[in-house]
Amino acid sequence: MALEDIVRRALAREVRAVSRLISIIEDRLEGFERAYAEIYPHTGRAHIIGITGPPGSGKSTLVDKLAMEYRKRGLTVGVVAVDPTSPFSGGALLGDRLRMQRHVLDDGVFIRSMGTRGRLGGLSRATSGAVDVLDAAGYDVVLIETVGVGQSEVEIASLADTVVLIQVPGLGDDIQVIKAGIMEIGDLFVVNKKDRPGVERVMAEIRTALELSEMSCVEGSWVPPILLTMAETGEGVAEVVDACGEHLKHLGEEGLAERRLRRARAETMEIASQRIWQGLSERPGASEEAQRLAEAVAARKADPYSAAAALYRLLVQ
Amino acid sequence: MDEGRKIRVLVAKPGLDGHDRGAKVIARALRDAGMEVIYTGLRQTPEQIVAAAIQEDVDVVALSSLSGAHGYLFPKVAKLLKERGIDDVLVIGGGVIPEDDFPELKAAGIAEVFTPGTSTAEVIDYIREHIKR
Repeated sequence: MALEDIVRRALAREVRAVSRLISIIEDRLEGFERAYAEIYPHTGRAHIIGITGPPGSGKSTLVDKLAMEYRKRGLTVGVVAVDPTSPFSGGALLGDRLRMQRHVLDDGVFIRSMGTRGRLGGLSRATSGAVDVLDAAGYDVVLIETVGVGQSEVEIASLADTVVLIQVPGLGDDIQVIKAGIMEIGDLFVVNKKDRPGVERVMAEIRTALELSEMSCVEGSWVPPILLTMAETGEGVAEVVDACGEHLKHLGEEGLAERRLRRARAETMEIASQRIWQGLSERPGASEEAQRLAEAVAARKADPYSAAAALYRLLVQ
Repeated sequence: MDEGRKIRVLVAKPGLDGHDRGAKVIARALRDAGMEVIYTGLRQTPEQIVAAAIQEDVDVVALSSLSGAHGYLFPKVAKLLKERGIDDVLVIGGGVIPEDDFPELKAAGIAEVFTPGTSTAEVIDYIREHIKR
């Protein structure tokens, strides 16, 4: 298939073309920037929802059940599920689909697994590209499942319109909850595995953290609801879908525009900084100079800041 | 590490047997060889496997069967791919499969069959040498 064909067919939601286009963007194959420019005007319609939480908290299972609920409501769903890439081999075992395979023969659901490929923020560099392809293809809702996160993988907050943060009982004490980072990005809190002991305590901790946050004092600001689920059985999932809808409604045009401006800024800056880095590394003698400077830093003959300044001067001169 | 193409492999177990040790060993070995492995789990129908292979845009579909139903299930996967006009995906099979069945499987579009005792390195080399894009 020629690139123009792939783009045209992807926009018509032809599964093979959608899938191939995601690969083209992920692998940065010939013409990917052109293809991106073609699809981008068609994006901005889907409700982009991020699902994040610690490993084993039930993200995949919740995504599976959320997709089911959205389908029941007559909406189409795209899923991007991210799992870690090994820093050693560069390989990855992508197992999120395992819990979502029931949807595979439903052409209203598209599921794509991705490895982080060296990124540390809980997503991969190509995740937003995949989301844009699914959005442009006309999926009504795009669910992004991040890798299992710890405390600071907050990249999802700049990509999603609505962030669902999953917690489970029995993971840590209340200081964990007060720490900065991940707790600050939830638009919705889901306490999954609600049959486990300690549910009340987790809820109380989340509530305390939310009350302590500045946002809760501002009149008319969104107060993140705390919902209880049993993703395994689907209990409470319809309420999560309702709450995601309410959050989108609360954002309104203005709030949504603000979030999307934030995303646009983050992405554009990132691509620009990659370009700058690329420009630097392509300069004749740059990688040798970088190596020489690194050796000087390691030998304590230069400090990292002066070395970086020297490298920077090489670019701008 | 994040530049360029990565080999993507769907590891799937069609049929009703619940023995996925072999599939998991292969999945891990391919991961350690730098490939992205999508694992779909047990008891997948050929239709489900093909649909997942398309959504994941994989280079390879690796099928595992220990139930003796490979003679029906493996060719069915190859046939479905062909029906959808997909000719750039390598289909390989593994499991307890009698050598007498090899010719028929290969004629049906299974590129290679690996049986117990094959080293994972052999499978990795085979994939690297034979992927179609």
